[in-house]
Amino acid sequence: MGTIQLRDVHKAFGATNIIPKLNLDIEDGEFVVFVGPSGCGKSTLLRLIAGLEDMTSGTISIDGRDVTNEAPAKRKLAMVFQSYALYPHMTVAKNIAFPLKMAGESQAEIDKKVANAARILNLSNYLERKPGQLSGGQRQRVAIGRAIVRQPSAFLFDEPLSNLDAALRGTMRLEISELHQSLGKTMIYVTHDQVEAMTMADKIVVLNAGNIEQVGSPLDLYRSPKNLFVAGFIGSPKMNFVEGKAAEAMGAKTIGVRPEHMKITVTNGAWRGVVGVAEHLGSDTFLHVHTDDHGTINVRADGEIRVSHGDVVFLTPEPAKIHRFDANGKAL
Amino acid sequence: MARAVKTSTRVSYTIAAWVVALLIFFPILYTIITSLKTEGEAIAGFNLIPSFSLESYREVQNQQNYIKPFTNSVVLAVGSTVLGLLIGIPAAWAMAFSPTKRTKDVLMWMLSTKMMPAAAVLVPIYLIFLRLGIMDSRIGMTVLLMLINLPIIVWMLYTYFREIPGEILEAARMDGANLWGEIWHVLTPMAVPGIASTLLLNIILAWNESFWTIRLTTTNAAPLTAFIASFSSPQGLFWAKLSAASVMAIAPILIMGWFSQKQLVRGLTFGAVK
Ligand SMILES: Nc1ncnc2c1ncn2[C@@H]1O[C@H](COP(=O)(O)OP(=O)(O)OP(=O)(O)O)[C@@H](O)[C@H]1O
Ligand SMILES: [Mg+2]
Repeated sequence: MGTIQLRDVHKAFGATNIIPKLNLDIEDGEFVVFVGPSGCGKSTLLRLIAGLEDMTSGTISIDGRDVTNEAPAKRKLAMVFQSYALYPHMTVAKNIAFPLKMAGESQAEIDKKVANAARILNLSNYLERKPGQLSGGQRQRVAIGRAIVRQPSAFLFDEPLSNLDAALRGTMRLEISELHQSLGKTMIYVTHDQVEAMTMADKIVVLNAGNIEQVGSPLDLYRSPKNLFVAGFIGSPKMNFVEGKAAEAMGAKTIGVRPEHMKITVTNGAWRGVVGVAEHLGSDTFLHVHTDDHGTINVRADGEIRVSHGDVVFLTPEPAKIHRFDANGKAL
Repeated sequence: MARAVKTSTRVSYTIAAWVVALLIFFPILYTIITSLKTEGEAIAGFNLIPSFSLESYREVQNQQNYIKPFTNSVVLAVGSTVLGLLIGIPAAWAMAFSPTKRTKDVLMWMLSTKMMPAAAVLVPIYLIFLRLGIMDSRIGMTVLLMLINLPIIVWMLYTYFREIPGEILEAARMDGANLWGEIWHVLTPMAVPGIASTLLLNIILAWNESFWTIRLTTTNAAPLTAFIASFSSPQGLFWAKLSAASVMAIAPILIMGWFSQKQLVRGLTFGAVK
């Protein structure tokens, strides 16, 4: 089991409220991703759940048991840190075995479980090495191995892949997703990376200054963001926001259109503009169009499109995909 | 050429370094030389060439048992340092990994006790020793030397511990280690170089401590510092014998220091270099 409930969780460091008051339910087996701008309290929230940080007030329960005042070790959670936090003086085998040793398991049992974890994570050939003799990806796998051997009720990941290069990040992302499928355990995952959030999550929690802006499945958040913040945060490249006449015409203070929901032609359309930078990625082309009336608009166009700097183009938002927001930034 | 240090500058720095080193080492060197002279040569005046007589050493041995104070020195130095580490490691752990607003003040306060002249507390400590009946006892001296060096032990360990990433200790906590498991299985092994330097430096400090050892011991717990002192006054001025006693007292620690130079340099820089 691995349900986690946060009730009125409040955390202040001295006089600064980092997390004002937060409620969240995490279901058993869910892959939950925390996203939000730097400094919004993602790590703090994760550390509160882990028990590494004391709450100012509120309660946390795991599987219905109030763990608010319990030590990290008692919460049956495992954590994978951004820095891996491996024990540098121990071999890979000893690192993975450490939680089992602390739990007082027999050596035979430990050996069996370590060998098993090493096999799953492709670490069997490295068991006698020290962490200093491993690559970044291998270290990350050891950290994950250390987390899985003790069969926790949930896993906590704090930006586990941010120290890896892009290619390795892709592989490890898949490995963690597969691990989630095969273990079926609750996982809470903090990340900055849009792709990680969108591809791995069952549920994304968007945080801003310690408040939850919205909770939902990746596609929910993408299709119907509740407010400007979420609209601007989820999706890459960012949603375009337009104020003024165009918005008023639709009965809104602000309207938002995603770059991929914009038709572009050279003959006629709603908004006229001049192409600034054109980024040709092959599969897509990102165009920065300086419009006459609505500032710079980003457009995601076909990879084969033949426009370049200085060309005059016309943009037309797809009517059904326009997001409308009121003066408070709430979606209409 | 602009950035390279000129050869002449380098040579003059090297010479200066040698001069300073010689100046610092000279008293020890001259003690060794004097210990190899006869008493007659020793009082005759400044002379760098001894007659290599082992007379003084023999006499020192005959007059006083060397083994007893030597054993006491070992017991006091090692005992007080180990005891200090047992207390200092958890204390430094708390200050490095669980600091509060006042941690810096506590550290400064502890260090400030080292700035106080020892003579200022001679009477109270003397009385405490008297009342507790621990005058001239190994236990009393071990505890006292431990307390004297504890601020340095905590400070040194604190600086080393601060270099250890807190996340690793948190990982241990997540892995089910309790406080002692965390300190014993993770922090201590990772801090071995720092702990070793602290151990060595404090053994040396305790070995050489003479203010308290001379005043609070007579025979039973008297270490080598008191052994040297016993040659200075009652028999008048016997320079050669005194020197021989001194050499015998400092030789063990000098040899230990020589073999552990690398660790010691680390220790003396207080964790400033990795
Ligand atoms: N021990 C602390 N004392 C005081 N303030 C802290 C402490 N730890 C974190 N903070 C503050 O709390 C806020 C949230 O920090 P946190 O590390 O949770 O952010 P984050 O969302 O994880 O950011 P990032 O994406 O950069 O990792 C920050 O403003 C930070 O400065
Ligand atoms: Mg963070």
